[in-house]
Amino acid sequence: MEEETHTDAKIRAENGTGSSPRGPGCSLRHFACEQNLLSRPDGSASFLQGDTSVLAGVYGPAEVKVSKEIFNKATLEVILRPKIGLPGVAEKSRERLIRNTCEAVVLGTLHPRTSITVVLQVVSDAGSLLACCLNAACMALVDAGVPMRALFCGVACALDSDGTLVLDPTSKQEKEARAVLTFALDSVERKLLMSSTKGLYSDTEQCLAAAQAASQHVFRFYRESLQRRYSKS
Amino acid sequence: MAAGFKTVEPLEYYRRFLKENCRPDGRELGEFRTTTVNIGSISTADGSALVKLGNTTVICGVKAEFAAPSTDAPDKGYVVPNVDLPPLCSSRFRSGPPGEEAQVASQFIADVIENSQIIQKEDLCISPGKLVWVLYCDLICLDYDGNILDACTFALLAALKNVQLPEVTINEETALAEVNLKKKSYLNIRTHPVATSFAVFDDTLLIVDPTGEEEHLATGTLTIVMDEEGKLCCLHKPGGSGLTGAKLQDCMSRAVTRHKEVKKLMDEVIKSMKPK
Repeated sequence: MEEETHTDAKIRAENGTGSSPRGPGCSLRHFACEQNLLSRPDGSASFLQGDTSVLAGVYGPAEVKVSKEIFNKATLEVILRPKIGLPGVAEKSRERLIRNTCEAVVLGTLHPRTSITVVLQVVSDAGSLLACCLNAACMALVDAGVPMRALFCGVACALDSDGTLVLDPTSKQEKEARAVLTFALDSVERKLLMSSTKGLYSDTEQCLAAAQAASQHVFRFYRESLQRRYSKS
Repeated sequence: MAAGFKTVEPLEYYRRFLKENCRPDGRELGEFRTTTVNIGSISTADGSALVKLGNTTVICGVKAEFAAPSTDAPDKGYVVPNVDLPPLCSSRFRSGPPGEEAQVASQFIADVIENSQIIQKEDLCISPGKLVWVLYCDLICLDYDGNILDACTFALLAALKNVQLPEVTINEETALAEVNLKKKSYLNIRTHPVATSFAVFDDTLLIVDPTGEEEHLATGTLTIVMDEEGKLCCLHKPGGSGLTGAKLQDCMSRAVTRHKEVKKLMDEVIKSMKPK
């Protein structure tokens, strides 16, 4: 019932330096994804990126309160719970980003007057949290069988003061970076669905191109993990 | 008759205009609404500004108070923004705790302040480890007709430029702060971030400065905050239809022109205010 898949995704070959696990080029951390691990939600997934881990659960399509119902589409709701403390304004802002990204891909018109709820719980945060939340949400929506027009993935990149780009930064790299950009890209045409940036920078094209290249690896990982899960059963 | 069509099929009504490359209020796709700004209207606040972007009206008031700095940043002051969308501005907001829209806008403004380094927090320090200034920036929307983020960013910038802080000295004998209200100085504003918002229609068309109705019909929004050197402080795209890299570049060039327009307007207003 559970499927665990691991993969190492690399964009360029590493130089094999011992001190930092990744060279100054672009490579993503180790990914892992586990689906269908919770019994109550209709779909659930746990996504691991290096040491960052997020657990997502999806309930839906389910009944919706009359005050919240939309006559021709499903109402999407996202709840993000931080690891410690009560959810605050920053969580609300992230929930809005994730919700709008999901609304762009989920075929809500197939389930009018219903609600689809995505609940995300941060298990550990070691950098690239928003990207990991997006990936977990996508895998959980797939596990729940919610119809979507495309898959989406989150990629984070950090620009440090001398202009080098680091994909999937750790918390330390994020703190030292001049800017941290998180993008959500769709699987069909690699278009930009969501972008959230922190810091001052000027070169979006380079970051976006790098993120699009990285997203290929993430989508390949999705495909492999789902293939492995369904080929056994 | 047109009003009937508009009520029944608002999207089709809108598409008819877009086909002719214009909008119902007569603007072109890349044109902003008339922007007016009034600085220093609230005498009880340390700095204030009222910005009108067409019908959207936002007023920003800045109050400066004393606070003790936190132990891990003993020489840094605080800038605390808060965006309030009261039921006065639009029928979609109810009274009570801030709704999602207000919280998202507050977080956006906090991010812009943090990312653009508009004020160096060290400038707000009076006595390291003991006393710092905290600037409470309250942004209240008086009329909501779309594009609230642009109006809030502009109002905040104009209000901060208007803030005058009195000179404070710490008396060594009593260890109390003495405020000299006669000697006031302006804040050191290092950068001028200006926000430009776009709405995406039917996954392809981009229009600038959406009104309330346009925002409702749009399939996505995008806000770019730029400073004068062309650096981006914030690329805020909360989901919605996808955009290609080329479209993004068009938006950035539009944001650069908007920055020049806004900066010119603000400089004119401040110059006209100086002899007081």
